Amino acid sequence: MIVAEQKSLAEIDQLVRNAKKLLIVGCRECVTVCMAGGEKEVGILASALRLKWENEGHKTEIVTAMLQRQCEPEYVAELEKQLDGVDCILSTACGVGVQYVAEKYPIWTVPALNTKFAGGALEQGVWTEKCGLCGECVLHLTGGICPIIRCSKSLLNGPCGGSHDGKCEVSAETDCAWALIYDRLKKMDRLDLMLELQPVKDWAKSRDGGPRKVVREDVRL
Amino acid sequence: MSVAEPKAPVAEKASGAAAPKEGAPKKAESPFRTDSKLERLFAQGEFVVTAEIGPPKSASSKGIRENAKILKDATDGQNLTDNQTAIVRLSSIAAAVHVLAEGGNPVMQMTVRDRNRIALQSDLLGAYSLGIRNTLCLSGDHQSFGNHPTSKNVYDIDSIQLLQTVKGLRDDKKFLCGEDCKINPKFYIGAAANPFGDPFEFRVLRLEKKIKAGADFIQTQAIFDLERFERFMAMARERGLHKKVNIMAGIIPVKSAKAMEYMKTVPGMIVPDEMIARIKGAADQASAGVDLAVEMIQRMRQIEGVRGVHLMAVGWEEKVPEIVEKAGLLPRPKVKE
Ligand code: SF4
Repeated sequence: MIVAEQKSLAEIDQLVRNAKKLLIVGCRECVTVCMAGGEKEVGILASALRLKWENEGHKTEIVTAMLQRQCEPEYVAELEKQLDGVDCILSTACGVGVQYVAEKYPIWTVPALNTKFAGGALEQGVWTEKCGLCGECVLHLTGGICPIIRCSKSLLNGPCGGSHDGKCEVSAETDCAWALIYDRLKKMDRLDLMLELQPVKDWAKSRDGGPRKVVREDVRL
Repeated sequence: MSVAEPKAPVAEKASGAAAPKEGAPKKAESPFRTDSKLERLFAQGEFVVTAEIGPPKSASSKGIRENAKILKDATDGQNLTDNQTAIVRLSSIAAAVHVLAEGGNPVMQMTVRDRNRIALQSDLLGAYSLGIRNTLCLSGDHQSFGNHPTSKNVYDIDSIQLLQTVKGLRDDKKFLCGEDCKINPKFYIGAAANPFGDPFEFRVLRLEKKIKAGADFIQTQAIFDLERFERFMAMARERGLHKKVNIMAGIIPVKSAKAMEYMKTVPGMIVPDEMIARIKGAADQASAGVDLAVEMIQRMRQIEGVRGVHLMAVGWEEKVPEIVEKAGLLPRPKVKE
């Protein structure tokens, strides 16, 4: 899933302060799971802003709404009925959701979250990055551990000389992806994969080739 | 190529001579792949000595030139680091040109941290055109260690792929994309090896990968843990790697026990406590550091498959000639005609 994290209240305040009527829109998908922009977080954010502005004598009306999925136009269309008098939308979806809302309505739309990465939970309250979204999966070469995003240098022929006790040179908190790959391949008796010289990567399939599109003729209408 | 048997000296180039007539016996091809002095010295069977020069955090050439003067006759090659520890410094290409101007033999270090394949290949062409003949291909320290931690890291290709790139340009006259490079750079290709990185058992296999990718010589991470290095070399010999590549043992002459304490914290370095205690206990720590470096060089000469040493006297370059002399390695050998 997409993992995101809420911006600070102070920053959000600055983004929406000039509105007369603010609509905070949550999303029931990834950001609900990672507890950044679901129904609960929308409620807490609305209360926090109300409280802050009340104390400061600032007047902006706040209303809230929830969408099943902000990254799909059909769901975003449901907002229509709740926009009366709204001059600013604060989206607590990932960056994709914010953009769908902004594209659909001629209303100033701002993000409440910083979208972090494609990953999952490690434990309650801790999420970790798993996929580099590079456009050409190499997990079959690396025992199911992504070197593109989990190695700090995206090495295809790792580990570098900084790998120490299973940790990355960048931080003692970070596992060295290539140490994990080595352990896994060894256990699976596939170390031969690590002896091969992996050729240079085609980054044009990643964001370096410009904004990407997937076109599936077989499912187009 | 096997580095065990010394090669015949280079065939003299007939300058200005007419092209040989068809059917005339062809001149013996040079047994060397490059014009590098290092390649020749290894082929002669010499125990090769290189040393590191760290370019400054300024636009001044003074320190590099001074160090080049100090090192050019005491060592066979001088490494110029490439924005080491991700701190912006005078570029390794420019530094190498200063070393050339002083009569040295620069080894231009190149990391894949800051340049993509376009910039790396472009710099290889430029560096060769300026007279640089040796390069050392590295991953580079992550930029979070340096003075611009918010920068983007490139890592378009990795260090092993850079080795392949330099070799492809030299031996196949091809750019990475497959296009021809008619007048191609012919570098003597170096790589790093870290026997102190983990997983230890993979380190020798990684060395083998680097040889396959194109490494002609290896400069290791600084060695303090002799026992582990000996194990590494034994594993390398078991796989015959010492015959396929010229391994140079990395040595840091230490000024003080404090410096060693710091090095101990660097990821991928092992500094045994008893060695720190030895320097700490010395009346004159700096001279004990020199003695230790000399002793290490002598130990390295005993290890089968170690073909030279690489001295990383960061900020202490002036001590290198003394260390090389005390190790009995002066004067440095000449290339035989
Ligand atoms: S230590 Fe491991 S994860 Fe970190 S950069 Fe090196 S190979 Fe990648």
